Amino acid sequence: MATEVSRPTSRRAPRQQIGLIEWLRTNLFSTWYNVIITVVLLYIIVQTVTSFVSWMVTAPGWPAAFTNIKLLLTWTYPVDQLWRPQAAMALVMLLLGLSSGLWGGIVRMVALGAAAISVGLGVVAFTFPDLPGQTSLPGWLFMFICAVLLVGGDQVARLIGNKVRWPLIIAWLLAYPAVILILRGGIGLPVVETKLWGGLILTLILAVSGIVLSFPLGVLLALGRRSSLPVIRTFCVLYIELIRGVPLVTVLFMGALLLPLFLPGGESIDALVRAVIAVTLFSAAYLAENVRGGLQSIPKGQVEAARALGLNVVQTTLLITLPQALRAVVPVLVGQFIALFKDTSLVVIIGLVDLLGAAQNIVGQPEWLGIPGGVWRETFLVIAAIYWVFSFTMSRISKRIEDQIARSRH
Amino acid sequence: MAAGSPPLPSDKGTIPFYRDTRIIAIIVQIVFAIAVIALLWYLYSNMMNGLRQANLLPTFAFLSVPAGFPIAESVIPYDPSMTYGRAFVVGILNTVRVAGIGIVLATILGLILGIARLSDNWLLRNVALVYVEIVRNVPLLLQLIFWFSLTRLFPRIQESIDIGGLLYLHNRGATLAWPQAANDFDTWMVWVYGGIACGIIYYTIRRIQFARRDRPGVAMPQAFLIAVGVAFIGFFTTYFVYGAWPVSLSIPELQRFNFVGGITVTNSFAALLVGLVIYTAVFIGEIVRSGILAVSKGQREAARALGLTPGQTMRLVILPQALRVIIPPLTSQYLNLTKNSSLAVAIAYPDLFYVASTINNQTGQAVPVILMLMASYLSVSLLTSLFMNWYNRRIQLVER
Repeated sequence: MATEVSRPTSRRAPRQQIGLIEWLRTNLFSTWYNVIITVVLLYIIVQTVTSFVSWMVTAPGWPAAFTNIKLLLTWTYPVDQLWRPQAAMALVMLLLGLSSGLWGGIVRMVALGAAAISVGLGVVAFTFPDLPGQTSLPGWLFMFICAVLLVGGDQVARLIGNKVRWPLIIAWLLAYPAVILILRGGIGLPVVETKLWGGLILTLILAVSGIVLSFPLGVLLALGRRSSLPVIRTFCVLYIELIRGVPLVTVLFMGALLLPLFLPGGESIDALVRAVIAVTLFSAAYLAENVRGGLQSIPKGQVEAARALGLNVVQTTLLITLPQALRAVVPVLVGQFIALFKDTSLVVIIGLVDLLGAAQNIVGQPEWLGIPGGVWRETFLVIAAIYWVFSFTMSRISKRIEDQIARSRH
Repeated sequence: MAAGSPPLPSDKGTIPFYRDTRIIAIIVQIVFAIAVIALLWYLYSNMMNGLRQANLLPTFAFLSVPAGFPIAESVIPYDPSMTYGRAFVVGILNTVRVAGIGIVLATILGLILGIARLSDNWLLRNVALVYVEIVRNVPLLLQLIFWFSLTRLFPRIQESIDIGGLLYLHNRGATLAWPQAANDFDTWMVWVYGGIACGIIYYTIRRIQFARRDRPGVAMPQAFLIAVGVAFIGFFTTYFVYGAWPVSLSIPELQRFNFVGGITVTNSFAALLVGLVIYTAVFIGEIVRSGILAVSKGQREAARALGLTPGQTMRLVILPQALRVIIPPLTSQYLNLTKNSSLAVAIAYPDLFYVASTINNQTGQAVPVILMLMASYLSVSLLTSLFMNWYNRRIQLVER
């Protein structure tokens, strides 16, 4: 009976019950200035929302955006090859699903975010009118297949477990070249020149390339900046600070003008490749600084313990510090990806047609000239919504990952 | 010691040179340096070969050639008969102008936004949150093009949109009321200089006092208040003595074809400024908010327990500590704003990048133009970060 007595009776703290009036009083009308702020803001909100909604209902320019969804998403990618972007996306979905099932946690969050984004895009693609000769699947069917691949992959990976681990890692490493191969063609597939690429696909390719290709370079630069060898350190500091000191536009400009000059015999380089190289070189400097932040957050004892165990410098870096540092900077890297996703809109300045460029072209189409004031508001609103959905979802993922990392530390 | 004991590490002769980390380090660095120099030399020689064949060897001679293209707006006098060098300077000054004004306005808006996000008013807090989430998830370039397209809808100058009689929007730009020196301006300037002198004298005296007592102290805010106070007294005295304000507000008036009075800025400039300020303010607001949140609650409670008023608590306890967290990221936002102003090229504001790419199109001198462009941005970045680092060091906590 003694145990019964000593057990403390735990009760929850009483939940605070406040009525609507009380809530209004504390949150909206607590002081005289809060009353003024609330009233003024309410007036502004009502005015803005009513005029915005009435504009949206009556705006004549919506057909401009919605009959041109194909241009926005894929620009001039050949209509009879449209199944290829879909196949590339399905491949990524399958890999995401498998990884989500295998690793769970953070990876599952990323997969969920990707699923949310693709549902959003699928909704947009519903309005994709069937073009003559189109070989792609209808938007609703494609969305369904993506969902099946995601969920199915997740379940399959859970069943099989660790056996898919290495195949999956290799598949991820091959995913980037595979996607480029599917889109561009070559082996067996008809080649689609990169000058036909554009719209959202181009935006995504630039942003993903910026992160994927700049990753090795950025990590090396970060390690080099923390190196004890003065020549290597100086070089890395110079590179990082030089790139971070100038705007992305100048780097793109430099890529467009100088890269062709650097090759022997005046060979021409594809405009997209030039943009990708410029974005990669630019992004590497920022990535290096982020990774350096992660490296600095590792306690010195880790390195000392590793050295004491007999690991050499390379082993210590590869097995001890770098893995921990990279795990710590995952949220920051997602943030950098978001920034890059938005910043790649600058390629319109060097003449590539990304999502923003496609929108600008649509606004200039002659059939909308009759509409007073033009169709730019509607079109820009649609692409702003696409950008917004992407960035917002990814920033939520980044926040969740950050919370999870913080929780696992305590 | 037994004969078969392993050799001591200090026994230099036993370590082969290829296992000596000091020697490896030197070798690695030499190899790295040679590789980098070889790569750069390879690229450089390719470039020079190509340019020689195209007969476009890099030279800065074009800088003294007449530019021949007009620039829509300029701080210093400029016309197409002036040189490329002059055009480049016009571009730099235009960038500095939009970045300078933008930084001031974005800081003010960001401060308001950061405080609004922490308000105890639910509505204000959430309106600020919605603003932040909308603006920061849409590309800046899209926002700039949006604002610029909006200015295209402005009516002809005769039917300008009138905002309070002080700001007129029309298709040639935005005309706004602007302070203007009146007749007695010089008299007032004497007061202003006097005020600054008083402030400096006060500051110096207090500093000497602090040094003599060997105690830290604050003199800058008071000195600043003295300077501003004297200037204010002078402002009113001038009015009472001469019967007119030393500075008058020049209100724009619509004549038949144009506005008289006030100042008119182009729509490109207005759109760029509005876009940059709205975008950057979001990031500054988040920095201010996290800076204030970073000051622990105990600090506020301790300050209140010591009998400081809420105002004193904010001014003497919270803000100085928050500033230490705020300054470093704020610097990078200022630099971002300056760099982002290069997007002006998309909305035809003749900033540094716009002018440089025009020069490149006309002369074909890509290499010198890019070098000048990079050097200009780098020096702006370097100057800003030097200043902010100096300021940051001043306000950092002095630890033992």
